[in-house]
Amino acid sequence: MEVDQLQRTFHHYHASLFNEGFLDEQFVQLQQLQDESNPGFVVEVVSLFFEDSERLLNDLSKALDQENVDFRKIDAHVHQLKGSSSSIGAQRVRDACIAFRNFCDERNIEACLKCLQQVRQEYLLVKTKLEALLRLEQQIVAAGGASPM
Amino acid sequence: MSAIVTETQFHVLAVDDSLIERKLIERLLKTSSYQVTAVDSGVKALEYLGLLDDEDTSPDSTPVSTTKTHHEVEVNLIITDYCMPGITGYDLLRKIKESTSLKDIPVVIMSSENVPSRINSCLEQGAEEFFLKPVRQSDVNKLRPHLMRTSGKRTEDHQPNKRKPMEECMLSPDRTRARYNDDLEL
Repeated sequence: MEVDQLQRTFHHYHASLFNEGFLDEQFVQLQQLQDESNPGFVVEVVSLFFEDSERLLNDLSKALDQENVDFRKIDAHVHQLKGSSSSIGAQRVRDACIAFRNFCDERNIEACLKCLQQVRQEYLLVKTKLEALLRLEQQIVAAGGASPM
Repeated sequence: MSAIVTETQFHVLAVDDSLIERKLIERLLKTSSYQVTAVDSGVKALEYLGLLDDEDTSPDSTPVSTTKTHHEVEVNLIITDYCMPGITGYDLLRKIKESTSLKDIPVVIMSSENVPSRINSCLEQGAEEFFLKPVRQSDVNKLRPHLMRTSGKRTEDHQPNKRKPMEECMLSPDRTRARYNDDLEL
């Protein structure tokens, strides 16, 4: 049956995201907050994370491009991104942010630029994976199954 | 001793400048059947609590202006982020504890950073709990005793407020996350 196959695919994919360190326990916490009365909770929070992250990554790009780099501002942006990634369980993004902040402390522009690249990369990776996961969930529900979230 | 009315819905005021965090804390609080009001700044929190118009909120003055702007809505607990632009969670905590009308409302601080001096200062200033972010269901479960304790009659006085110079929110080193609140015994 199609739903069973989709469910199996979902569970395997879900497990791999944790095994590969893209997601951590906090994502499970989010899933636990989703129920019949709040069926879109995970999608909602993940969407907010995407919007937030894209805005912050743009702001970081601009801030590092200034003639006089404001490291306090950069640190504030990275702090925010670290917070939101941590809140949804995007472990690798969070870890990249932690490394980034250390270089902010050192006021090292070159290193910060590399860190930004790293954070952006991790963000794009987890975004792709979360979108795939959520799509699978959608397919399961559309096929008449219960959400595996 | 007044009986505890189990049907009473406790009202929690949540303060955090991050939309994602607000969504999360709101959902966590609602699963515990609390009524939630979420605001995005300390200033909005003060406004909501009716403290913003007060010129003088020190314990020595008569709180005339507080009653003038005081909301009809009752707040049973305030949970606030520490690091916020404008007034910090610590500042908010202090203002609440200095207010004759609001000082008995339990305040909980949340922070993404495990800084012992920060935690101690908040607790000394009268915060009931200090949660490390991301806040979980197990943290929210710790709120109930504080809500139950202060429902109805007033409790014993808080410790005298100690003002300590606060370190900055930003550019503080990230530490290995420790589940501090698990060890906290109240």
